[in-house]
Amino acid sequence: MSAIEIRGLRKSYRVYQKKEGLWASLTGLFHREYREVDAVRGIDLDVEQGEFVAFLGPNGAGKTTTLKLLSGVISPTVGQARVLGHVPWERENSYRRKFALVMGQKNQLWWDLPAQESFRLHQKIYRIDPTEFDRTRDELVDLLEVRHLLGQPVRELSLGERMKMELTAALLHSPDVLFLDEPTIGLDVIAQHNIQKFLKHYQQQRKITILLTSHYMKDVAALCKRVVIIAHGDIMYDGSLAGIVDRFSGHKELTLQFADDRMPSDLARYGEVLEIVEPKARLRVERGSIAEVLSAVLANHSVEDVSVEDPPLEEVIAEMFALTADQSRESRDANRQPAQSVTQSS
Amino acid sequence: MHARVATWWTILKICVEERLVYRGDFALGTLMRFLPIVTQIFLWSAVFVAAETKGIKGYSSTDVIAYYLLTMLARAFSSMPGLATGIARQVREGEIKKFMIQPIDLVSYLLLARIAHKLVYYLVAAGPFALVYYLCRSYFPGWPTPEVFVVFVCSLVLSFMLGFFLEASMGLIAFWFLEVTSLLFVYMLFTFFFSGHMFPLDFLPEPWSTIVDFMPFKYMAYFPAAVFLGKVEGPEMWQGLAIQTGWVLLFIVVCRRMMHAGYARYSGYGG
Repeated sequence: MSAIEIRGLRKSYRVYQKKEGLWASLTGLFHREYREVDAVRGIDLDVEQGEFVAFLGPNGAGKTTTLKLLSGVISPTVGQARVLGHVPWERENSYRRKFALVMGQKNQLWWDLPAQESFRLHQKIYRIDPTEFDRTRDELVDLLEVRHLLGQPVRELSLGERMKMELTAALLHSPDVLFLDEPTIGLDVIAQHNIQKFLKHYQQQRKITILLTSHYMKDVAALCKRVVIIAHGDIMYDGSLAGIVDRFSGHKELTLQFADDRMPSDLARYGEVLEIVEPKARLRVERGSIAEVLSAVLANHSVEDVSVEDPPLEEVIAEMFALTADQSRESRDANRQPAQSVTQSS
Repeated sequence: MHARVATWWTILKICVEERLVYRGDFALGTLMRFLPIVTQIFLWSAVFVAAETKGIKGYSSTDVIAYYLLTMLARAFSSMPGLATGIARQVREGEIKKFMIQPIDLVSYLLLARIAHKLVYYLVAAGPFALVYYLCRSYFPGWPTPEVFVVFVCSLVLSFMLGFFLEASMGLIAFWFLEVTSLLFVYMLFTFFFSGHMFPLDFLPEPWSTIVDFMPFKYMAYFPAAVFLGKVEGPEMWQGLAIQTGWVLLFIVVCRRMMHAGYARYSGYGG
């Protein structure tokens, strides 16, 4: 059985459409227009026990909404989901003791007290055996290197230190499923790396199921074998990270280093010139014609070094998001009613 | 059950610790509450002199001051500063999610946090309260009978419960309106007049006197003070205590229903 099963999950919100100006504000007191917005549009997804899955997508794509649905904070408009056999939005205590949600922008610890007090409270509310609690806490604080900060009020911790404490608190009850919403947001490169290292180690050791949303490609590349791309409430891709480039990028980047002062002037005939820093040139070449272009360049010019690479992942994903935005706009225009409808209420 | 009690005990301890963090502000806030006593003593003395009377509806000038001092004690139990606005802020800023995700009950948690708040307050205020009452001892008719004293203490505890569940219910309205400041202002105004905090409710003419009898507010200040001073006696006193208990039970139900309805709304709305 899958740890997470999602079938036809849809969540739509009614959003108040306020017009500009004072008059509109006054009339808005008596009569308001609402727009129905689909945050998640009937997604299907299965995640197996022990998988580490990344949720990628632009802002407003529906990533956080999906995590909120799966953690029972909100209930869907239609559709079904089961996490570890539980319906999340029924909010049974037995389910709440099996999962954790960490939100990079929300603090769950007691602001004015040292983190160890929050940990003690977690021990009680999650009914963790005292010996087990001591062992898990010690293991986590050592792995995250925050033992010396346990007695310091949370408000006096840096953002990175606080996130480590948040992770410790979330993992004290050894959840089977962990939802991470932007856990490295706002952190510096070192702190990001430390959190990534910890998550990777922890997940490999415990084999827990993790769903991660992040805007940092490095998080995703370091941690997840499987990537689910969600845009405008729909799943656009589900597969490996490398597969994204194969599927969504029709280009490769060709870097050529020419022998002394023999930079050709007609490079544009081989592909789109991205950059020239003599004696090097970087070209964007269609994936299908890379072999042909390469043999032509080598035949016609004196080349000292050559490399063929996939374009940067961020670039591919940005292209893909732009593409899906266009598609979504078209489908919305073509089929305006179910996706968005304007209702009025007084 | 044992695990639940252990959880409650831990929450209580942590909340007490949290209250003790801002010592300076807390001590100052507590002591400032005693300032109105002096002005009230002057005010009521002046009222009685100006009216050239020895009593108003069975209250002598010393009775009124004793009444005022006792309502101050009752308000120390029933007032809930920051409770409703705190709930509204948590709803607005999304912190309320914590109670939906973690296996912890919002209302029980808030109640324990408030008990901790009050315990720390009493700890700081006990000395000043005792001193004020000692200095003002001549205004009191003397200690009541043990039966009356027991009812007085019970009514104080019930006034705490009533104040908590009433104001928590007000705060939970934030699930629908997000902002409850104006609503709270109206609530505070009602409480101030109809709890008897401003003057003894016996002073009210009809039909107000009857209307106030059908509201919960009088059990938050007037009733405990009236019991202590013997203004409510015998079966009427026990009946009052029973009605106060009834109001507490009603608002426990209202508060829990509102929490579940609020969760459902939040859950449907998002945030």
